[in-house]
Amino acid sequence: MIIPFSSPPTLSSASRFGEDVSEGEDFYMNDGEDFEAERATITSPGESITSARAFMRGHGTYVDSDEVVASVAGIIERVNKLVTVRALRTRYNPEVGDLVIGRITEVRIVALACAIENNERRKVQPRRWKVDANARQDAVLMLSSVNLPGGVQRRKLESDELQMRSFFEEGDLLVAEVQAFFADGAMSLHTRSLKYGKLRNGQLVSVPPILIRRLKSHFCSLPSGVDLILGLNGYIWISKHVQDNEKEGEEGFDAEAVYSNQNDDIDDATRTAIARVSNIIRVLASRSVPITDAIVLEAYEWAVERDSDAKDLLLGDVADALIAAVTTKDELTEQW
Amino acid sequence: MSSRIEILNEGGFRSDGRRQYELREMTFDSTAQAGADGSARVAHGLTEVLVSVFGPREARVRAQTLHDRASIHVEATIAPFSSTSDRRRRGRGDKRTLELAATIKATFEPVVQTSLYPRSQIDIFVHVLQQDGGVLQASINATTVALVNAGVPLADYVCAVTGGVHAAAPMLDLTSLEENDLPHVTVASMPRSGHLTLVSMETRLHVDRFEEILRLAGEAGPVIHKEMRAVVRQRTKDLLDGMGKGLRESNPAEAMIEDE
Repeated sequence: MIIPFSSPPTLSSASRFGEDVSEGEDFYMNDGEDFEAERATITSPGESITSARAFMRGHGTYVDSDEVVASVAGIIERVNKLVTVRALRTRYNPEVGDLVIGRITEVRIVALACAIENNERRKVQPRRWKVDANARQDAVLMLSSVNLPGGVQRRKLESDELQMRSFFEEGDLLVAEVQAFFADGAMSLHTRSLKYGKLRNGQLVSVPPILIRRLKSHFCSLPSGVDLILGLNGYIWISKHVQDNEKEGEEGFDAEAVYSNQNDDIDDATRTAIARVSNIIRVLASRSVPITDAIVLEAYEWAVERDSDAKDLLLGDVADALIAAVTTKDELTEQW
Repeated sequence: MSSRIEILNEGGFRSDGRRQYELREMTFDSTAQAGADGSARVAHGLTEVLVSVFGPREARVRAQTLHDRASIHVEATIAPFSSTSDRRRRGRGDKRTLELAATIKATFEPVVQTSLYPRSQIDIFVHVLQQDGGVLQASINATTVALVNAGVPLADYVCAVTGGVHAAAPMLDLTSLEENDLPHVTVASMPRSGHLTLVSMETRLHVDRFEEILRLAGEAGPVIHKEMRAVVRQRTKDLLDGMGKGLRESNPAEAMIEDE
């Protein structure tokens, strides 16, 4: 129910904010020159960006009366004639090939009896897990896109369908890759690589997805015996280091170990290191600093040098000192 | 009691020292709830509302999913300590709370670009922490800022303000003292187009006065918009500054990156 309403911009008696209201007319429009400038231009919903005749509208914009208008608060980005606005805080926008970390929210098994009764339903309801991956809809992990026990290449059997919960249960964490999209925009994941699969021996930290950049590798190991997986959806997994040659899988593919719910023994030093790294990541995220393996490593070395407790890192002044140390060092290295 | 306090005295001042068209002080806090996708605590004078936005996310109730757009779900709670006059616990089924939620939902449905998120759900939780008139207005303004903070696409800001009339003298942004005595209207406008998404009136108002108040409230919208926009821009800028600090990942000289 939108009622057109024309407001002559004259508020006779001054408001507390004193300024002239009619000035509002101007601050919407960025003129052409401004728009061409190569710097981060901040915009917010309802602000005109440019003419819709000369430019195409991209994400975060809409067209209203021949103008491209922002619909989210963020920075304007332009590629040739395509104008987009990128929001700085939003849910994860998946792309094919992205590495994500997720949590199983639902296991969908149609009972065998039901399947026999209604053959059709079996076809439309493939066996799948639903995974929360910080996106606008839960992701889907098909039974056919996980590694099944007993060899990488094999057909899935009825028995696999019945024991889906022995692979992944509700609440389990996993690392996977975005494989494809469905028509409604939901993503389909796969774990058909030995790098992917169930996560254990560690801790999850969640940060705004924009802080995770695409890196050469999202699996990093820090020298203190800690492995780090930076999911592009803003979920970060910090765990005990596993030697490459100790990794389960390869030829034999030990399903027992890959889908195990049991943590290994983790000694105190590793536990401290994990806590330290996760607090460092929390601090970086709270100050909106992009998280890369390099910056985490630098911050970790700083924290070890100061010999501070893991929990002290979260205190305001220590956190500020950490940010200052990590970011000023950056500028120095940049100069060299 | 209120009959002894003058709503508008001869000098043209209201009971709290404001002029007729003067708004109360507004404060916006975007850091209120870290766990939410977006949140805002907004105060208009002594009225204070906290709004948290979650989503767009997977709909928790499958029956509620819409196949072509996101559904908006609003839940309001009024804290029992929020008001001095009416200190009672309002449960989930309370009519007034439900109406507040329904009004907020109706206000934002034409503004949020829900068609971008089919089958998702956007949850808006409104907590009224203090009330001193203009609860609906504060809730709508807080919801706008919270939605913007959550990165939910909106056609425009929604700016709400309450207008009332006292003996032929219109006034804006009523306190609860004024709200109890005067006929009043809450108007939510979108400053870019000048369209109104909500006109809500619970009292009787003479039709001759209505247009005047409506126009006045429409003019006050841009003033509130300016405040909200400044807050949103400042927050965006702060986030951007933080991100500039770590912009260095294009320097993979560090040997610690191990490809697996």
